[in-house]
Amino acid sequence: MSTGFKDFKNEDSTEKVLPRIRGAEAAIRSIIDAGTETVFGYPGGSIIPVYDALYDYRDQLNHILVRHEQCAVHAAQGYARATGRTGVCIVTSGPGATNTVTGLADAMRDSTPVVVISGQVGSSALGSDAFQEVNFIEITQSVTKWNCQVRRPEDIAEAIAKAFYIANTGRPGPVMIDFTKDAQVGMCDYEYKPVDFIRSYRPQVDIDRDAIREAAQLINLSRKPMILFGQGVILGGAENELREFIEKSGIPAASTLLGLSALPSDHPLYVGMLGMHGNYGPNIKNRDCDLLIGVGMRFDDRVTSDPSQFGINAKVIHLEIDPAEINKVIYADVAVQGDVKLSLPMLTEMITPADRKEWLDEFTTCRNIEQQEVVAHTIAPKGPHLRMGEVVDAVSRNFEDAILVTDVGQQQMFASRYFKYKRTRSLITSGGLGTMGFGLPAAIGAKIGDPQREVCLFVGDGGLQMSLQELGTIYQSEVGVKIILMNNGYLGMVRQWQELFYDRRYSFTELVNPDFELIARANHIPYRLVERHEDLEDAVREMKETPGAFILEARVEKEENVFPMVPAGRAVHDVCLE
Amino acid sequence: MQKDFILVIFSENKVGLLSQVTTVFTHRNMNIESITASESAIAGIHKLTIVVHDTEERVSNLAKQIEKKVDVLKVFCYTPDEVVLQELALYKVQRGRNVETLVRRHNVRILEIHDDYIVLEKTGHRDEIRELYRMLEPYGVYQIVCSGQVAIIKSRRELLNEYLQQMEREQ
Repeated sequence: MSTGFKDFKNEDSTEKVLPRIRGAEAAIRSIIDAGTETVFGYPGGSIIPVYDALYDYRDQLNHILVRHEQCAVHAAQGYARATGRTGVCIVTSGPGATNTVTGLADAMRDSTPVVVISGQVGSSALGSDAFQEVNFIEITQSVTKWNCQVRRPEDIAEAIAKAFYIANTGRPGPVMIDFTKDAQVGMCDYEYKPVDFIRSYRPQVDIDRDAIREAAQLINLSRKPMILFGQGVILGGAENELREFIEKSGIPAASTLLGLSALPSDHPLYVGMLGMHGNYGPNIKNRDCDLLIGVGMRFDDRVTSDPSQFGINAKVIHLEIDPAEINKVIYADVAVQGDVKLSLPMLTEMITPADRKEWLDEFTTCRNIEQQEVVAHTIAPKGPHLRMGEVVDAVSRNFEDAILVTDVGQQQMFASRYFKYKRTRSLITSGGLGTMGFGLPAAIGAKIGDPQREVCLFVGDGGLQMSLQELGTIYQSEVGVKIILMNNGYLGMVRQWQELFYDRRYSFTELVNPDFELIARANHIPYRLVERHEDLEDAVREMKETPGAFILEARVEKEENVFPMVPAGRAVHDVCLE
Repeated sequence: MQKDFILVIFSENKVGLLSQVTTVFTHRNMNIESITASESAIAGIHKLTIVVHDTEERVSNLAKQIEKKVDVLKVFCYTPDEVVLQELALYKVQRGRNVETLVRRHNVRILEIHDDYIVLEKTGHRDEIRELYRMLEPYGVYQIVCSGQVAIIKSRRELLNEYLQQMEREQ
């Protein structure tokens, strides 16, 4: 029953009564109101007020205590890439902040939406070289999409709303906000309003219909076109749009490293991975192509090798959301700026299906050559020792729907090459920055983001020891990551280069390793060692059947090389098979 | 081929904005020939005028990377013939009769006269400023400072206003 009085009051009161809270609580509530469920972080002096506020919101915001701030960012990256949501980190000022720089740089290069919130000394102490003070805005200028310092509690909610908007719109990227201690402890009226417009920022533009028409004409006229798709497809959620484009046009499609899993590995028009250790077909056929269609990718130098030789007989169509990537490395005859989720269907509508059997057969021939010359003896080697490719193959067969996470180096290339992708967001790897130590924390973040899926991490003995402390996070937060340690006692990728290009002078690439079994035991993680071909299947099965985290140490061939390989600085069609 | 380009950058007036822009130059190992920064004709919007000497391709990529910064509204890139460029220089010169002739001939203003030096002001193109310096040099130039170049476009259209109006329509 209405009291009348209340109704009257509601109708007339134009001013909402806002809760008056501390800036620190405003920060936590804004993070929650932005839709965040999990944060990764590490407390410290100048962020204590925020952690104090977090204590009251533990049931609404899951906090994962990492063991190093760099790993907080990598975990947030893994989380973001598994889910598409923005990964969030909270760290303290000074060393806590500087430790995040590698993670920010990695997220910047691989377009990963991450928001890092760091503490800062009180605003009156700014610039005084106070304890744990660094000029973090300046330091992160070139490794963030946007950053800002907040010195007043009443600005916190808006800064966080802006940060989330910027991080995960347009081409995603990392955003850093610095809260001075007085902003955290001061009082403010709290109200969270999501941001969806910033006048100096245009994440979406209308697709240029004339460019679409020109692109369609080029496609309809071409005889030997190839699609090169990248992570833009996954970031835009345009997997179906890509598939429809490929299937209507009948054009063979190759993926960049970060684009892997946007199209299932067994799709008949999928011809493999591009790049230095990519598949034979898409590299060798680059010279014969008369049209390259880049979709949500940026012609990274690991893809193009020598750009002056890249697609030397081809016209180029470039569909890309970031205008700064257009004509940066490869000149585009037709550039379509904008989200590929919008541009691909427009293009699909205007193209005419064509029979490209002869052209596709050339890729099949290449695939057969690669299968015979490389793949066969990689996944079923004859020698006495285990090889990385066969380990990946065994894991891939047993973990069909897993998210693959890799570290950086040889295992990264073997894993991304030989893993079979069934659905999107199935590969998380450090592509642009090549950050060793990325794998373990990223796998933690991925598992927390998508706990229903198995997460398989491939990591080398070098990379694991770069973020080894995160095994403690796995134990404390009960993260069920399957860790496949490819132990060859070398920094394998550098050793491969030393072997091939530096006259086998193995300068400081040999690792004398600790006992990983003891390390596993010390962190209460089940462990198994596998050294022989005949034990592999059983070991992988044991890993699968063991609930929770597991470390499978594979002692692999010490001196194994990744092939095919495009030698640095050469044309991609100079790809060699051995 | 390397030549001069004038970048006119409109941005939000934010702490650290200048370093956001200059970091794009450092990242690409590109040198800033001249830079001026001030409020633009539109309240709240900051304007940077940067002269850079490089190839068109590199400058066009640079401009796009600057425009990508969230706080940057718009970057316009001009060649010298599309703008009117002007620079201001102050010369601290030893007093003497010959200087007086130069002052008259070069349309120079005298800002201050001291017992042993005078301060001259010259506005003009960079080469005019350099030429005057060369001519004053024999009479003893104690110091010279230049403002950096400012530019106004020759076109009558106000591109930034058009851009802002477009943004508002889209909102």
